[in-house]
Amino acid sequence: MKALKQFLRKPMGVVGAAMLLCVVLVAVFAPWLAPYDPKQRVDVKPEDILAPPDAQHLLGRDDAGKDVLSQLIYGTRISLTVGFVASFMSMFIGTTVGLVAGYYGGRVGNLLMRFVDFLMVIPDLPLMLVIISVWGRGLWKIILVIGVLYWTYTARLVRSQVLSIKERQFVTRARAIGASNLRIIVRHILPQVVPLILVQAVLDISASIIAESSLAFLGLGDPTLVSWGMMLNFAFERAFSRQAWWFLLPPGFAIVFVSLGLIMAGNALEEIVNPRLKSHHLFDPRRMVSLILPMPPEPLEERV
Amino acid sequence: MQRGDYLVRKMGFALATLIVVIVFNFFLFRILPGDPVKLIIHSPRMTREAQERIRTQFGLDKPVWFDEERFQDGDIIGAFDTQFTAYVRQLLRGNLGVSFSSRLDVGQLLAQRVWRTVVLLTVGQLLAIVLGMALGLIAAWRRGSRLDAALLFWGLFTWSLPTFFFGIILIILARGRLPVGGMVTPGLRPADGLTYWLDVGRHLILPTLTLAILYISEYMLIMRSSVVEVLSEDYILTAKAKGLKTLQVLRDHALKNAMLPMVTIIALTLGYTVGGAIQVETVFSWPGVGRLMYEAVQKRDYPVLQGAFLLLAISVILANLLADMLYSVLDPRVKAE
Repeated sequence: MKALKQFLRKPMGVVGAAMLLCVVLVAVFAPWLAPYDPKQRVDVKPEDILAPPDAQHLLGRDDAGKDVLSQLIYGTRISLTVGFVASFMSMFIGTTVGLVAGYYGGRVGNLLMRFVDFLMVIPDLPLMLVIISVWGRGLWKIILVIGVLYWTYTARLVRSQVLSIKERQFVTRARAIGASNLRIIVRHILPQVVPLILVQAVLDISASIIAESSLAFLGLGDPTLVSWGMMLNFAFERAFSRQAWWFLLPPGFAIVFVSLGLIMAGNALEEIVNPRLKSHHLFDPRRMVSLILPMPPEPLEERV
Repeated sequence: MQRGDYLVRKMGFALATLIVVIVFNFFLFRILPGDPVKLIIHSPRMTREAQERIRTQFGLDKPVWFDEERFQDGDIIGAFDTQFTAYVRQLLRGNLGVSFSSRLDVGQLLAQRVWRTVVLLTVGQLLAIVLGMALGLIAAWRRGSRLDAALLFWGLFTWSLPTFFFGIILIILARGRLPVGGMVTPGLRPADGLTYWLDVGRHLILPTLTLAILYISEYMLIMRSSVVEVLSEDYILTAKAKGLKTLQVLRDHALKNAMLPMVTIIALTLGYTVGGAIQVETVFSWPGVGRLMYEAVQKRDYPVLQGAFLLLAISVILANLLADMLYSVLDPRVKAE
């Protein structure tokens, strides 16, 4: 409750959450909101192809004569699915690895962290590109690849927290009264890191959505499900030279809108959950957002 | 632990990473459906001799990675005379296979294009690093001001902007004023001398600007938090007490100390930047390795894809190693972690 009150006092967070809510509502009510069904076949007249916006088609039509707005609305579902499922996966993997590496440490912990370092060094877009083009296109494959690659930051975050939490007194006491390792991890340590993990997951959703759109833009989207990235790919390949901006710009701005909302909300949450998290060497170029935190030492001018 | 040990450990890690990448690259393209070498072999456009040559080159008559029969016969070394070792042998000779679509040697294809990507990334990164550090310094110095808030919001905003989409926006904005695609105006040749290079420079503006603007905010954010931390140190107070001007304190004391983490970040970001280069090269038809990869995806040109991935991964691994070495030189405190 206290956290909610704090959150409501952060304008950026509230705006971000509202933006996200909008997108979620659009996704849920897509069939009612969309003026046309994008799957339905249409009889195309030559003048319908890339027709500019009018009263019937608020965002004009694409290269197949279909309504752009309806595709955009349905695309919301795909982007959000990718974002939520992939980030849930990476949250799960990252937390598990972080807990094990932090709590048990030793050789296993070291090995796990070296693996994290390894994944961080490998350029991820080329890697995803290579995997998907060999494995084949498909929404679930994309989600799986993103989820399996984007957990490194969470793992590092959790591990560093666990390292300090496990030295605290309540853990020692629990151990003294005979609690098993598993019980200590699940009952005593995990609840301490959950808020941080959730914030990270919110930021991860945006990273995953952007990753999917990049893959789809590069021509590796699921051929049966038109996502925003795929719309951009079509628009860029087929409509760019004809300056059909109504086809090109909306999906791009939709991606920016949802990921900006997520980042603003996640950033505000992070300030509440972890006011003292400093950058240290815990960063991931994909999620440097988590470094934009207010750090209380007074500015130069005031101190002197 | 001494600096020597630190470097040995870092080199060991780089080597291990390299080996894992090579093994991964081999198995990904062998085990998943659509085995590239089998595809070449069955390509009707290949002559019988060419097929035979590839077959022996890649050891296709041998098991994939381990010969159990020979192992049981006691021939332990012979047990590893497999497709995998054949692949590594070819790799060490620089043979990356032949492109499906263009019939050209993948190694040559990459060599032709790699410098174009290097130019694009270097110019874009340099711009981003210099401007990003400057802006980060200003934001930290003026922390809490309206300027700081605006810079932070800009950071968040570029964060949510996919690289390829930002490129598209720049193209729309600059249409008619700047060249928006390709590397050089068709018809010009390197023999044209200065005109040619100036033209290449003009083509370079938009792609590098896309990369630079997006990465400025990353460096800015890191630099900001790094400087904020440094500014709270006592030596800053001392410097100020000595009567140094604010600008001097920022430049000589804050900047120098805050720059250290930047070295690591620049290297780590490189892996990410390479992904950005693929998108930017695709949007602007810049004929580098990234565009090559995009085309290879479209044409399912697996040897090219495999070679390009290997090249990118190795470059990033080496760049990280270089950053670690540089770090140990720059920071005398470096021992073990």
